[in-house]
Amino acid sequence: MRKRRPSYIVIGGGLAGLAATMKLCEDKAKVTLVSYQPVKRSHSVCAQGGINAAIDTKGEGDSPETHFYDTVKGGDFLANQPLVRDMCHQAPAIIHLMDRLGVAFNRTPEGHLEFRRFGGTLYSRTAFAGATTGQQLLYALDEQVRRYESDGQVKKLEWHEYLSAVLDSEGICRGAVLHDLRSGEIFTVKGDAVVLATGGPAQVYGKTTGSTVCNGVATTSAYLQGAKYANGEFIQVHPTAIPGQDKLRLMSESARGEGGRIWVPRKPNDDRDPLTIPEEERYYFLEENYPLFGNLVPRDVASREIHNVVYNKELGVGGQPMVYLDLTHQSEGFLETRLGGILDIYTKFTGDDPKKVPMKIFPAVHYSMGGIWTDYEDDGHGLIDHHSPRNQMTSIQGLYAAGECDYQFHGANRLGANSLLSCIYTGLMMGPGMIRYSQNLRTHFEDVPSTVFDQARDEWKEKFADFKKKDGKENPYTLHQDLGSIMLANVLIVRENAKLENALTQINDLETRFRDVKCLDTTHWSNPAPSMIQQLNCQIQLAKIITQGALTRNEFRGAHYKPEYDLNQPANFDPHEYVEYIEKKQYGEIQESDFPTGHSAYMKRYEECNEQWLKTTIAEHKNDQPAISFEEVNTSLIQPRPRKYD
Amino acid sequence: MPDDKTIRLKIKRQDQPDSKSYWQEFELPLKPRANIISCLMDIQMHPVTRQDQAVTPVVWECNCLEEVCGACTMVINGKVRQACTALVDALPQPIVLEPMSKFPIVRDLHVDRTRMFENLKKVKAWVHIDGTYDIGEGPVIPEKQRAKAYLLSECMTCGCCLEACPQFTKDNDFMGASTFSQVRLFNMHPTGAMESDERLETVMGEGGIADCGNAQVCVEVCPKKIPLTESIAEIGRETTLQLLKNLFLK
Repeated sequence: MRKRRPSYIVIGGGLAGLAATMKLCEDKAKVTLVSYQPVKRSHSVCAQGGINAAIDTKGEGDSPETHFYDTVKGGDFLANQPLVRDMCHQAPAIIHLMDRLGVAFNRTPEGHLEFRRFGGTLYSRTAFAGATTGQQLLYALDEQVRRYESDGQVKKLEWHEYLSAVLDSEGICRGAVLHDLRSGEIFTVKGDAVVLATGGPAQVYGKTTGSTVCNGVATTSAYLQGAKYANGEFIQVHPTAIPGQDKLRLMSESARGEGGRIWVPRKPNDDRDPLTIPEEERYYFLEENYPLFGNLVPRDVASREIHNVVYNKELGVGGQPMVYLDLTHQSEGFLETRLGGILDIYTKFTGDDPKKVPMKIFPAVHYSMGGIWTDYEDDGHGLIDHHSPRNQMTSIQGLYAAGECDYQFHGANRLGANSLLSCIYTGLMMGPGMIRYSQNLRTHFEDVPSTVFDQARDEWKEKFADFKKKDGKENPYTLHQDLGSIMLANVLIVRENAKLENALTQINDLETRFRDVKCLDTTHWSNPAPSMIQQLNCQIQLAKIITQGALTRNEFRGAHYKPEYDLNQPANFDPHEYVEYIEKKQYGEIQESDFPTGHSAYMKRYEECNEQWLKTTIAEHKNDQPAISFEEVNTSLIQPRPRKYD
Repeated sequence: MPDDKTIRLKIKRQDQPDSKSYWQEFELPLKPRANIISCLMDIQMHPVTRQDQAVTPVVWECNCLEEVCGACTMVINGKVRQACTALVDALPQPIVLEPMSKFPIVRDLHVDRTRMFENLKKVKAWVHIDGTYDIGEGPVIPEKQRAKAYLLSECMTCGCCLEACPQFTKDNDFMGASTFSQVRLFNMHPTGAMESDERLETVMGEGGIADCGNAQVCVEVCPKKIPLTESIAEIGRETTLQLLKNLFLK
């Protein structure tokens, strides 16, 4: 008998989707690659600063184990540790692979890879290609996939929208329902498995650093079909973005990695030219408050500090919600080589040259640590069994997820330059397990009755016909803007239960308004209006997942900051005390005098908090609302302990 | 409205690839830091023309909004460029928006640039590797050479150079500057160079480098300041050498 050739459907052509496609093709599979737009334009191009791998080229003593520790600590211990450890151990091989693919990584004088500093670590661990690393990595994978496309192994369906998975009578995913965004045709494609590599949900917040396609719709569709959504409330707010009308453009963390300093004038409403303000009248608040990590504290910490300086201390530049990010002390040549691309963006959008004047920046919604729930199988030695079909599979059999849209790698806060890594890692890592999954299948999509596919297609045809008939009073784009405003006002850096409850009420009100939506265009060719209605519906559901998760989780962890539940770490606390505390506990009672005053009480609070909240939030769609439950986190390798960066 | 400043937009629209185009005018309140994209988004929220006629929202292509994805290229006040970096403050009014003229129209300002991606296939714009398995480090590359390659690899397939090029038309096969520049990029790479003969043979064929009229406008409109004319000259040299090589060695 001729060997059956496995075939897959990959949704999304960013780093994760392209890496998965490349890996599956290498194993002789056939792949249908689906994207809203030509994959070369995917949101991964926006990533700027770099990609982490502990290659230790500078004799700093860095290692994958240290990278692993920094990542789980950065994520406030909320990530499943074997996965993070495996990712960090694979990272050097991933960088070397990307280098072989032709990525123009900056080099040392000897012609080897150059590395720079990034947030949340004390090591030079970040490889970079100017300041457009995401673009360069994406192009390299896009080129490999184009090679497989020209060999006929990959079929691209660009200008197509994923609507849902096709589930058979046993609930196994056998394909996907797609919508041709030009012809308007709705149809199904069949495959052994479907991969969602559809990126983050930034558009739920409206104005963010995300691209217009980062709408979270595909994963929400899976959630509405019964898949679990995890840690939705963990939304990263990037400390440094450029304010704008249509978008808040990212100013990469690499600006600080290359020496950029954050400050505000010590005097409120100081309207002097920043260059004339003397050193002693500048408040370098990150450097003062965090002498060890300085401007390179993790993003959750930096965003909270900026928020505090602007809103509590009222020291925003010119009384506005802005702080300075200053590179003017570095030479122009150095800045051009290391940061050229991002400094150009700043100049294009503000008219100011960051090489000559300090940039004005403010935090913006940037990344979702949470996402659709996915599985993994460890090898019993603290790493991942790379051939397990469970790796990256959602709670729907045969539906996989990779990249920002899954939840697994960054816990409660992602470290800079780890996202490009987790995207490529998941895409590559899941390949062998997916091939095994195909081999293990007892029945294939060829055996599934055609009525299963026809029914799925017809349901969506009906839905879209209904969308087109909507002739209410509400403009969907205005509703989307209003949704974003609700989220930005209530579910951002500082979270309070009263405001979160209020946000849920407002989202429900918006959902009521949504029923009276108008389909702005009823023509039949290249008409985005019905899709907009479908997408908005999903975004309302996703906003509920995020907000309900935030409301339920009564603690302060990583990016989820509820001042009410701050455990108030003593100023002179050393995290290693906690490791000692846990050890001592195993051998008997702890004496108050074993630790400095107040420390045992703090550690007891921390321990109790972890017992209750060091868990993954799971949202499931029940009775039209997200039902929240919690799941254990695998912390078998590193003892969770309080974070500290000063 | 905080002030009485408004923006006037004149937009060329077309419902279908083969239907006739028509113009519509819109008037919007001017917002701080507005760009063409934010104006088009405002129209989505209030799709009514200056003459108070309710219309369908304008269709256009965009994604990153920070000039790295290449999607939102259009002709703005007669000049081809990205809509995201077109700040309204700097544009004389009424602002005229047209789709690129060298590619088939999908709808309104949205065009189909498939031809550019097909050309990348023709010239094998990739580094052919043995496989993704960990076989160690990549080739040692001098930083100077890397920096040169980086300039070329910033090409986002936006199509500006082709819209401006007098040689590139809807009904010919000319590949254009962006493709030639990619040939140069991959021929520069130590591993990519192993397929340089094939790339050069392709650009020596139909629609290739010989058809370049040397108008040099491509380089003027490139938003990423890619040295396209240098690439054209370099590929010209390489193909000449290839021709001689073919003559004597084949």
